[in-house]
Amino acid sequence: MATATEQWVLVEMVQALYEAPAYHLILEGILILWIIRLLFSKTYKLQERSDLTVKEKEELIEEWQPEPLVPPVPKDHPALNYNIVSGPPSHKTVVNGKECINFASFNFLGLLDNPRVKAAALASLKKYGVGTCGPRGFYGTFDVHLDLEERLAKFMKTEEAIIYSYGFATIASAIPAYSKRGDIVFVDRAACFAIQKGLQASRSDIKLFKHNDMADLERLLKEQEIEDQKNPRKARVTRRFIVVEGLYMNTGTICPLPELVKLKYKYKARIFLEESLSFGVLGEHGRGVTEHYGINIDDIDLISANMENALASIGGFCCGRSFVIDHQRLSGQGYCFSASLPPLLAAAAIEALNIMEENPGIFAVLKEKCGQIHKALQGISGLKVVGESLSPAFHLQLEESTGSREQDVRLLQEIVDQCMNRSIALTQARYLEKEEKCLPPPSIRVVVTVEQTEEELERAASTIKEVAQAVLL
Amino acid sequence: MANPGGGAVCNGKLHNHKKQSNGSQSRNCTKNGIVKEAQQNGKPHFCDKLIVESFEEAPLHVMVFTYMGYGIGTLFGYLRDFLRNWGIEKCNAAVERKEQKDFVPLYQDFENFYTRNLYMRIRDNWNRPICSAPGPLFDVMERVSDDYNWTFRFTGRVIKDVINMGSYNFLGLAAKYDESMRTIKDVLEVYGTGVASTRHEMGTLDKHKELEDLVAKFLNVEAAMVFGMGFATNSMNIPALVGKGCLILSDELNHTSLVLGARLSGATIRIFKHNNTQSLEKLLRDAVIYGQPRTRRAWKKILILVEGVYSMEGSIVHLPQIIALKKKYKAYLYIDEAHSIGAVGPTGRGVTEFFGLDPHEVDVLMGTFTKSFGASGGYIAGRKDLVDYLRVHSHSAVYASSMSPPIAEQIIRSLKLIMGLDGTTQGLQRVQQLAKNTRYFRQRLQEMGFIIYGNENASVVPLLLYMPGKVAAFARHMLEKKIGVVVVGFPATPLAEARARFCVSAAHTREMLDTVLEALDEMGDLLQLKYSRHKKSARPELYDETSFELED
Repeated sequence: MATATEQWVLVEMVQALYEAPAYHLILEGILILWIIRLLFSKTYKLQERSDLTVKEKEELIEEWQPEPLVPPVPKDHPALNYNIVSGPPSHKTVVNGKECINFASFNFLGLLDNPRVKAAALASLKKYGVGTCGPRGFYGTFDVHLDLEERLAKFMKTEEAIIYSYGFATIASAIPAYSKRGDIVFVDRAACFAIQKGLQASRSDIKLFKHNDMADLERLLKEQEIEDQKNPRKARVTRRFIVVEGLYMNTGTICPLPELVKLKYKYKARIFLEESLSFGVLGEHGRGVTEHYGINIDDIDLISANMENALASIGGFCCGRSFVIDHQRLSGQGYCFSASLPPLLAAAAIEALNIMEENPGIFAVLKEKCGQIHKALQGISGLKVVGESLSPAFHLQLEESTGSREQDVRLLQEIVDQCMNRSIALTQARYLEKEEKCLPPPSIRVVVTVEQTEEELERAASTIKEVAQAVLL
Repeated sequence: MANPGGGAVCNGKLHNHKKQSNGSQSRNCTKNGIVKEAQQNGKPHFCDKLIVESFEEAPLHVMVFTYMGYGIGTLFGYLRDFLRNWGIEKCNAAVERKEQKDFVPLYQDFENFYTRNLYMRIRDNWNRPICSAPGPLFDVMERVSDDYNWTFRFTGRVIKDVINMGSYNFLGLAAKYDESMRTIKDVLEVYGTGVASTRHEMGTLDKHKELEDLVAKFLNVEAAMVFGMGFATNSMNIPALVGKGCLILSDELNHTSLVLGARLSGATIRIFKHNNTQSLEKLLRDAVIYGQPRTRRAWKKILILVEGVYSMEGSIVHLPQIIALKKKYKAYLYIDEAHSIGAVGPTGRGVTEFFGLDPHEVDVLMGTFTKSFGASGGYIAGRKDLVDYLRVHSHSAVYASSMSPPIAEQIIRSLKLIMGLDGTTQGLQRVQQLAKNTRYFRQRLQEMGFIIYGNENASVVPLLLYMPGKVAAFARHMLEKKIGVVVVGFPATPLAEARARFCVSAAHTREMLDTVLEALDEMGDLLQLKYSRHKKSARPELYDETSFELED
């Protein structure tokens, strides 16, 4: 019975379909399609497309006003009025028309106007002319360059040395040749600007430790060790470097190298050492801070220094084991892509090395003079001496800041100017205040050279003392 | 990675050349005396000159063989690495100290695959030491290798009087000492070589000031500042000009120093196709309209970085179009004239003069003294406010030693010569001789059927070799014929576009160039280098010009 009824319903439905008018069917069909469409289409509308019309774009282009390429510089900006040195910037020099004793140029060994250096440069000028007209790869390698590299390697007692044509570019190119994105560099907060730029170019992770604070460095290394244990796969390919200076340009202090070497082996981080101030200064033979501490130079992975201070030429070099140094010949950007060092400057550097080798006593003399003026400058009210007594470049800072950097700078400049009037040429240590990672406080930098006599050192110290008292009290 | 020269790859991607096989493009110019092929092309208000700048594509079979060459080299490399790993072949590379074996490797072994297995085989063609001034003829020190180029040994012999086609000695001003260089000797004797201080501290000498004034006068701009190293001029000054929130639009073939400077600045960098103004305009439009990504703030400023003459392509920047774009979109323009200053333009004042434009149309004029002036260092010139700003904020002025006085004097001497301040026309003659030599050399190479890249007025002449094997064979054979050439391959060029690069100099005599051309003709047949499928047009009028010797 039930089945019959059901059958009947079905039949009736089919029959109804037949009987329904055409418009009804069409309407129903459309409705069904509508439902399907609704089911499959998105329930809400995406934001209206907001393409700009051409006219709007033109208006935007018309509207945009860029900042000026450079903001205006006030006419009286102190940096616009450089000291102008007429003649050589050597021991006695003419600054802004006045003859002074030079306490500002890094001419530690007095080789800048050494007749032997000049004669060597002149001989080179006669043979090679001035420029090299090409990078090292493309006929810019002269026999003089190979000689200089060999001599530097021999002098420093390392396997190999590589020369750059500019001091600043040396460490700034060397760091990114090894340290890449993802690597970790532990660096002293007081590191100089060239190191900072090298680190920036390397795009590595940078960890700053407190100046010369080995406990702080060890803390960071430990932290990293714990981090590495969490992710040993990554740790296997993450290089670790410690970048320090021998004598710090910004503080005049010496790095605690023996402790650093211990940490190096303990935490397996390579040491890069910047020796621009300590090369040709520290150590019995002027080999720098490794000789000073009696450390095996092979324990330092890379030593870099410029030839613009003690050697009084231009350029820089890196030295170390061939395994390390040779890599820079294809990866050091400042080496590969820059014209090589003019041969006459290389020849001057070679002759300067000769002089250093022949007169090892010169380093002791320099050390003694550093100690003398360092001592003489103690106890000036208002000024404190910052830096080791063995450093030929050290700083005089205000004992108490006035609270504003500008005011401090002005006071120190007043001291510098008055010293200059009394024939002592000094300069403030200059920094790009906005660019420095850790801006050192303003200071006057005093540079000692072997050419300054005892009387001159005494005179400089007493002049600074008197002037400082007049300005600061 | 191995970077034996050039800087193309440092932008992070390999470039694909715009192939302008049709070559001739027209642009506006002034009525200068040098370029005579001025012709009208429908826009009557422009005086257009025909500039032939070609980048002919290689035939297909050449490309196939080139990649095959690299493929075979790579296969052998893997094989030999395998043998070295098993100790069957001796590994000559320097190794890590025993005490540091457990440190993280200083560089990835894989990185050096190319260096070890491909570059090392042909390494003798680079870093060839010389022992004379890099003049038109130089002396190359002979060296041999007993261990397949891992180390070299000098034989003590010198290959004398090799014709120098490699040094950027465009005006022939790098030469050994003669009486005209007396002033340099004098300066050296008075000042010494070093400065031992920075510009801001105690390193501004009267010589620097003299040089800066002369550079500004030479370039016909308000002011100029000089720096001790050309590379650093770019890398240490771009960061002073732009920073975060600024946009740098950089040509894909820009030199490494520009790339480095751009990176150090912290600005956003976008790359446009080489010398392609459409690509540049698109980037400019998008940048101005859409502003910075994510924050949608407008860019603070936009700086376009280009070079005057590109050292690996021999192409000249499309300056008039770029200046029009920069004006339309209010961007700033920075031109690196390392290879064009002294070498391009009727009186050697660079690309602005070449196109007859006012140098003040370019915001930052940068150049180096390494090439045309036979010295070293670089300058930035432009409006006084720009230079004043750099005097205060340039990284180089505050932290790097200033220029050596004898080097400065060599530049002063060269500038005076080119400007005719020495009372002779010798400098101008050199510039004109360079233009003649360049066009003669390029023309003859084209006729011989070589594929050469670039602009007919560019003194850098790249000749395409393509295959890695031919690179080595070419350079070695040329040295046997006493001709020193520069060859460049990956990564300084795209993988398949290895090339030889000649630098024409004003000091090359017609005889020297003919010797080189003859050798090249022979070499082209021997190594099958004449790939060009273009019809060769004879231009006999070029050969009639007699070269005049420069009085030394």
